[in-house]
Amino acid sequence: MADEWPLFEVFIRSRSGLEHKHVGSLHAADARMAVEHARDVYTRRQEGVSIWVVRSADIIASDPAEADALFEPARDKVYRHPTFYAIPDEVKNL
Amino acid sequence: MYTQALDTHGKEPVPSPAAEAAGLAARFQARVDAEEKIEPKDWMPDPYRQTLIRQISQHAHSEIVGMLPEGNWITRAPSLKRKAVLIAKVQDEGGHGMYLYSAAETLGVARADLIEQLLSGAAKYSSIFNYPTLTWADIGAIGWLVDGAAIMNQIPICRCSYGPYARAMVRICKEESFHQRQGFEIMLVLAQGTREQRTMAQDALNRWWWPSLMMFGPSDADSRHTAQSMRWKIKRFSNDELRQKFVDITVPQAHFLGLTIPDNELRWDEAAGSYRTGAIDWSEFHAVLRGNGPCNRERLEARRAAHEAGRWVREAAAAHAARERARQAAAAAAGERHGG
Repeated sequence: MADEWPLFEVFIRSRSGLEHKHVGSLHAADARMAVEHARDVYTRRQEGVSIWVVRSADIIASDPAEADALFEPARDKVYRHPTFYAIPDEVKNL
Repeated sequence: MYTQALDTHGKEPVPSPAAEAAGLAARFQARVDAEEKIEPKDWMPDPYRQTLIRQISQHAHSEIVGMLPEGNWITRAPSLKRKAVLIAKVQDEGGHGMYLYSAAETLGVARADLIEQLLSGAAKYSSIFNYPTLTWADIGAIGWLVDGAAIMNQIPICRCSYGPYARAMVRICKEESFHQRQGFEIMLVLAQGTREQRTMAQDALNRWWWPSLMMFGPSDADSRHTAQSMRWKIKRFSNDELRQKFVDITVPQAHFLGLTIPDNELRWDEAAGSYRTGAIDWSEFHAVLRGNGPCNRERLEARRAAHEAGRWVREAAAAHAARERARQAAAAAAGERHGG
């Protein structure tokens, strides 16, 4: 259907101090309608204090087939974590 | 809210040998076995994708058609409170349909095509919504029994291997509990009311009990997709297991209401710690699925009429959006010329 409303991804901030989180998607004619629909579809029980919408077509995502190339290099770098370092028990506040 | 195993009419998908040869299928199954979630852009076998599209879209259609029998009572709810509650519930069903269409779309289908399948009668939806809501007690019975059965079906789908479906179900299940409790409360008020009200509650139970049991789908012996869906962790329990759980929790609730389950053969099986029910009339289930329930034609006609009546709104909104985009593009181009 050529005139189908475009798809938008919806992100909701559940309360001040927290980040916006992806909750799903919806169709709307434009961004303003997408915000209004997101209010009705995703915040009927006070789930949010702020809404972001973005055209799904505008999202650039990493390719799952390249997941190893992207993320594998971090796997052997355990020295990035505090637990990698052995500190004697008697040393406090470290 | 209303999943149902409708898998009696679909064709069994066959695995693609090419994919298996590539080892992709084996890796996929290993991930599923390890309880990893499959996400939209991950490789998945085509039969898995098709099974999910069918199940999620049938579930979405059920939510949308499910608005009709209850919407029937919005203008006649007995009090302002009941009316506000019913509007909220029907709005939730619409919302659930939206979550589910959105989950189905992650599998590469267009929502417009799914809706077209519903309107043309090609897609199935839960058989329960082809029964009429004759009295106010039916609204109580639907919340208590139909939403109760739906919750029983849906809780395990919160752990479905496909991420977007599982996430939609978590959201839906959170909202369902209100639906079931408000329904039981309606039944409770009627059951404690006048003789006429008690009769009305019993009549609603009489009419909704068996169709509610049918919501779990055909018995395991006749369910063609159960084994594969379980291997894929789309399904966690068989139709009969879920139906039995539902009977075991619902019969005592009926006793509390002082109502009688319309089943002469119902008895408590001490050894099994379960209730045994009489035989389900599957010919009725299949007749309703085939389109010959009391309200099949009326439901589809209502959806088609709503879709047609809303067409000018969709077209006007799209035209307005297109004009705004053109205006903004022209303003941006003029700005550039001016700046340059």
